[in-house]
Amino acid sequence: MKPARWLADYGMILVLVLLCAFFSAVTYSEQSPTGEAAARQVVEAVLKAAPKGARVLVVASDQPGDAVFAARVERDLTAAGARVLATVTGEPRNAREALQKIQSAGGSMDVIAATRVAGGWRLITDLASDFPSLGSPRVITPASYRWPNFLKSENLLNIANQIAVIAIVAIGMTLVIITGGIDLSVGSLIALSAVLAAGFIRDQAGGMSASTGGMVLGCLLAIVVCGAVGGFSGLMITRFAIPPFIVTLAMMLVGSGLAYILAQGQSIYQIPDSFVWLGRGADLFGLPNAVVLLLVLYALAQVLMSRMKLGRYLYAVGGNAEAARLSGVPVRRVLLFAYVASGLLAGLGGVIMASQLKSGSPTYGNMYELYVIAAVVVGGTSLSGGEGRMLGTLTGAFTIAVIQNGMNLTNVESYTQKVVLGLVILGAVLLDKLRQAR
Amino acid sequence: MSPPSPSVLPLSSTNPTNPPLLSLTGIVKSFPGVRALRGVDLRLDAGEVLAVLGENGAGKSTLMKIIGGAHAADAGTLAIDGQERRFQSPQESRAAGVAVIYQEFNLVPALTAVENIFLGQEVTTGGFVARRCECEQVSALFQRMGVEVDLDEPCRRLSTAQQQLVEIAKALIHKARILVMDEPTAALTSHEVEKLFILMRELRRQGMGILYISHRLEEVFTIADRVTILRDGGNVSDCPIHAITRDQMIERMVGRPLDQEFPSRSVKRGGPRLEVSGLRRGKAVQGISFQVHRGEILALTGLVGAGRTETVRLVFGADPRDAGEIRLDGQVLDIRSPRDAIEAGMGLLTEDRKLQGLVLRHPIRENFSLPNLRRWCRRGFVQRRRERSELDRYIAALRIRLSDPEERVGNLSGGNQQKVVLAKWLARDCEVLIFDEPTRGIDVGAKYEIYLLMNELVAAGKSILMISSELPEVLGMADRILVLHEGRITGEITDVAHATQEQILQLAHA
Repeated sequence: MKPARWLADYGMILVLVLLCAFFSAVTYSEQSPTGEAAARQVVEAVLKAAPKGARVLVVASDQPGDAVFAARVERDLTAAGARVLATVTGEPRNAREALQKIQSAGGSMDVIAATRVAGGWRLITDLASDFPSLGSPRVITPASYRWPNFLKSENLLNIANQIAVIAIVAIGMTLVIITGGIDLSVGSLIALSAVLAAGFIRDQAGGMSASTGGMVLGCLLAIVVCGAVGGFSGLMITRFAIPPFIVTLAMMLVGSGLAYILAQGQSIYQIPDSFVWLGRGADLFGLPNAVVLLLVLYALAQVLMSRMKLGRYLYAVGGNAEAARLSGVPVRRVLLFAYVASGLLAGLGGVIMASQLKSGSPTYGNMYELYVIAAVVVGGTSLSGGEGRMLGTLTGAFTIAVIQNGMNLTNVESYTQKVVLGLVILGAVLLDKLRQAR
Repeated sequence: MSPPSPSVLPLSSTNPTNPPLLSLTGIVKSFPGVRALRGVDLRLDAGEVLAVLGENGAGKSTLMKIIGGAHAADAGTLAIDGQERRFQSPQESRAAGVAVIYQEFNLVPALTAVENIFLGQEVTTGGFVARRCECEQVSALFQRMGVEVDLDEPCRRLSTAQQQLVEIAKALIHKARILVMDEPTAALTSHEVEKLFILMRELRRQGMGILYISHRLEEVFTIADRVTILRDGGNVSDCPIHAITRDQMIERMVGRPLDQEFPSRSVKRGGPRLEVSGLRRGKAVQGISFQVHRGEILALTGLVGAGRTETVRLVFGADPRDAGEIRLDGQVLDIRSPRDAIEAGMGLLTEDRKLQGLVLRHPIRENFSLPNLRRWCRRGFVQRRRERSELDRYIAALRIRLSDPEERVGNLSGGNQQKVVLAKWLARDCEVLIFDEPTRGIDVGAKYEIYLLMNELVAAGKSILMISSELPEVLGMADRILVLHEGRITGEITDVAHATQEQILQLAHA
């Protein structure tokens, strides 16, 4: 493909990469490894610095990952033939007790393996003066390094998790917008779906002790109901020629109202812990399940739009519905498909959200339709229909997420974030227009 | 007809020693990949009608857009009354006294004639539009033009001819001295064309310079004083109308001698293929019955609004019919949508290819494939290799001129766009093809190719139902002619070889 064309099609990816580079540069700071990575590094250093059979004290604080660190160091050092005198996790007080115990037993030690935080405690740095009888052990801590906060794998997964719902719902919105329509009801359908799924699990599937089957059934029910609402919108649009904006605006109110009625205005949280598998679990290479689902759905949607007859029909209907009809395209069925798909995906989004938050509430998804439309538009899909790309929408969703996340990391206030986000959406579309005019 | 008052048109002298009203010299204009104009000269005097002829792609539209200020020339000069101008926008061109009437009118459909005419230059008193004053001016003008247009109707309800009159009125109100008209007669009936020509002659008498672009050579002889012919972005001829013959015009436009305008064929007509009986819809179609035979071209003709397009749309399922039976090869078809008609083996080449025939923003390939996808699909997936090979085959067979099949179809010239529409139906291998104005807005060379193709189709045993307003085309191509008037068939001509245009016109006016 010609470079100019490539840039035209995927220019937004470039913008996304630049944004990532920018936030990486801004959040570049000192990092210390934690958990397993830190343990591996420390064990290696201990074995290099001390003779076989060295006596080691393992000290870790009580931060996340520290328990893992301590256990791993102890296990690996013992396996390598070192003598671990004690393993301490917690506060300096706990370490002092351990040291006193060793001292009273008349022992001494060669090495203290500590996390970065624990290695910096006064107790450890002043060890030679406070506990002279213990000898002068070397303190080994994991080496620090410089790395952007933004690019830490936890942060990147965090971005993906936060955007999963919006990105999945945006698939359906892209279909609808490509046909020249719009679906304002998706935000309400997210709420309706979350409430339906959570309500079914609480009332029908046995609440806190619900089985996996019951939970799956509840989720499917919620998704199907949302698909039906989408289908109803589609019927109104195709049979009675009511503008999609109006129909889906009405369904937005109906959906939201139904969610409040079903939940009686409350949050539904009587759900088993295992319900969070979809939203918070990570079974495949450490990738969160919601993100895996997102990637699979985008791959399917991309194939649909680029390789399948239905995809061509969707574009044709949006490009010129009359020409499409006179060429034998079943315009009504194609439109109906788009709205049903949008409803189903909004339902799925609601289920994921309920799973992430382990509850269902009618307040979920508030304003999401706008974020979803923003993701589609930032991704280069024209609101006049007939043009647009699935991967563009994915890029758009991630652009929005990256900007939000980057601003969080750099401590931009949430009100300011809204202003920036609004301007970014405008800027992205402006860029698109300028590019087309060229 | 009473003449427009002198105040509307400032009289200028036609003395040849004076600088010409409009003169272009050495105009060059390139677009990415195309040299649209390579040094075109053109002169238009006050009080003359200059016809600009050329095939599609010869550069007429580009030239017109440069005069109208929609494009800026890369090189060359444009002068009005000998004064050099450089138009940066259509507004500047309009201010200099140029009015351009494009084929697609520049009217706001929801506004009335008066509102459209004064759009952007409303007569106001204290911020309020002086409606009455505007209306008086416009109705006086229409009276002088000798035409009747309902001033309170939104323009979308006006006929094409009336909309055109509104455009002309707009030019006159804005005191234009140069009127550029692109294919002004393409959508008019012959009666309306006559009225338009009377008006044009009157404007000419008052000193207006009219630049007139048309593919209809007969009309050029009736209205033009001089003719400039373009080919491939350059001048090939500029001479008074009496110094050139019709055949010479065609030869100069296409750049080679042309043996005949309508290719001959000898196909033996077979049995009836499509039989339509008692077709009705509202007032437009009031009980129409006909048969199209195997290997036959049946022409439907009549005035615009006679119900021709409406009839074929009913046959094709594009509109729901009130009554009527459609049979194909003796079998009654239950056609409720174009999809059913296509499935039964019909194809419709629509009158308006931009609005109904093509998705202009989409690639040529996708437009070509649209009706054929069902057959080029396996389990919902498009067989792209097959699609591509079929497209290549038809690009070659129809000699479609394009640089890249992924190009937007809207970027092609009119003739090539029409070939894409043809290709998509030919690839569908339709048994009955309905051609609604198949050569509208298409140059002579491409017309001939389309005629050849129609002959090949009937030779292969297909049936063609053709609608055309161009009577020479109807007489030259059809095996049989049906004339419609106000939704009814008012006559059938079976001996086409000895039929005349007058005969058709008489039936058309019933």
